[in-house]
Amino acid sequence: MAETRARPSRHLGRYVLLIVAGVLMFLPIYTALAGSVQPTSRLFDFPGVLIPRSFDFSTYGDAIRIGNLDRYLVNSAVVTVIIVVGQVVTSVLAAYAFAFLRFPFKRLVFLVFLATLMVPAEVTIVANYETIQELGWIDSYQGLTVPFLATAFGTFLLRQSFLQVPQDLRDAAALDGYGHWGFLTGVAVPLARPTIAALTVFSFLLSWNQYLWPLLVTNEETYRTVQIGLKALGASSIDQINVVLAGTVLAGAPIFVLLVLFQRQLVRGLTSGAVKG
Amino acid sequence: MAVPSVASDTPAAAGAPAALGTSGARDERVAARRREWPLALLFLAPSAVVFGVFVFYPLYRTIQLAMYRSGPFGRLGEFVGVSNISDVLGSAEFRHSLGVTLRFTAITVPLGLVLGLALAVLAHERLRGISIFRTLFASTVATSVAVASIMWLLLLNPSVGLVNAFLEWAGQDRIDFLNEPGWALWTVSFTTVWLHLVFTFIVFSAGLQSVPDELLESARMDGAGGWRRFRHVTLPMLSPTLLFVFVVLSINAFQSFGQIDLLTQGGPNDRTRVLVYAIFQEVRRGDPSTAAAQAVALFGILFVLTILQLRVLERRVFYG
Repeated sequence: MAETRARPSRHLGRYVLLIVAGVLMFLPIYTALAGSVQPTSRLFDFPGVLIPRSFDFSTYGDAIRIGNLDRYLVNSAVVTVIIVVGQVVTSVLAAYAFAFLRFPFKRLVFLVFLATLMVPAEVTIVANYETIQELGWIDSYQGLTVPFLATAFGTFLLRQSFLQVPQDLRDAAALDGYGHWGFLTGVAVPLARPTIAALTVFSFLLSWNQYLWPLLVTNEETYRTVQIGLKALGASSIDQINVVLAGTVLAGAPIFVLLVLFQRQLVRGLTSGAVKG
Repeated sequence: MAVPSVASDTPAAAGAPAALGTSGARDERVAARRREWPLALLFLAPSAVVFGVFVFYPLYRTIQLAMYRSGPFGRLGEFVGVSNISDVLGSAEFRHSLGVTLRFTAITVPLGLVLGLALAVLAHERLRGISIFRTLFASTVATSVAVASIMWLLLLNPSVGLVNAFLEWAGQDRIDFLNEPGWALWTVSFTTVWLHLVFTFIVFSAGLQSVPDELLESARMDGAGGWRRFRHVTLPMLSPTLLFVFVVLSINAFQSFGQIDLLTQGGPNDRTRVLVYAIFQEVRRGDPSTAAAQAVALFGILFVLTILQLRVLERRVFYG
């Protein structure tokens, strides 16, 4: 079983495996990119389609025009920003209360917050759909965002981070006459910036990629998000595959840029128990 | 339950701010507590309202709905108690959905675990240019369930899809992956595995980094080959990560919806009609009671899985 180091043939095997795995993982995305800039007729030509001979980016304009993607992208952006800002604000406030304030039944309240992690959205859609209907929030930004304006996961992460603020710093702030609000905005939040960044990236990813809830509470095109728009685009024009592919690239691009910029925060979020939906 | 111990480490609660720590500390502490609770209430209120209206109330309401028959126009019909739940859960439809979901889970979870671990192990080697491969493996992280499903929908299309173009090129028969009863569930499962592979890859990669090199080195000194080092050193060290990924993938599988809606709409012949898709259909059909009864069952299953997840997470702790 003994092995000699750095045997080139052994490495060759590794590289072959790596290349096969890399190609298989990346192929769907590659074909989407390559297919989006070629005429549909070329798509029948295998394997020629994999090497684009022409680059026609007008499909992206078509996707926006035919699929209404501009409107849907704006909707997704609005919904995502509201949810991200909302989640950061509500969890900073709640986490501050749990970390720095004394109040009765604190442990119990914290447990109640954590208990929301046990209730996945799929379980409550029946009743939440009813609530949104009664509020008249079908086809509205409120309906798309308000149910997600708080997160126990974020509260928990931020509380952990706040608890690491050194006692000395709290004492010094108290001596300097900082009130709670001053301490929150001047000390606690700046110190928790990495955690807030991780939470921001993560809730951005989750809200941008949401599917079930937006599908349920939007009927009109006016408030459709881009994920739901893709469904209509994909179903409507199977003869224009290049346009549909351009649409998927457009829907994925913002999140891709974000994740390239904030890889570290994402890994932190993923490994601490958040789940990609 | 796993949760309470998380709450027990609150140093903030233990010591009063220094400004209050002098004479008459106890009185002042009581006074402070009296002063602080309104602020706490204010800070907790936004989250509490959202949780109350969109998590706890709907949970109660779902259980309530499950005990009534659906009336016309989404109104509640007559109260039938637990019998509605047992009727729905005993129905052939529900059993079918549960069966599909279990099969879907039984395919996606082991496949996702093994492939994710394999990718992570491959990318863990210190080889020239390895970062290119790591980037390639992680490149799918931006794909949402909708983006991934539409891409696969086109790839798998029987007449214009690339997969079938490849099959034809290789001299095989074309396959209608999403409409052939024997293929549909497998196809949806493969798409799901691909979608979640980036998550398992990232988590396993992080896990592999925490396996001490000295341990592997000393195993090598003892004459253990690659496979034995992996089997007897790496794998045991990874066991918390494995358990974590296992539970998360299981929860994901039970929550799956988007890929079903986009790829098969539950078909062919309900072969891919997973639980959440069934619930969605009942809501759309205006039968909240049946949907609610199924949601109660889903809740039961996910509750057990989530408690498991919290147990595991607590052991993993956060990379703070």
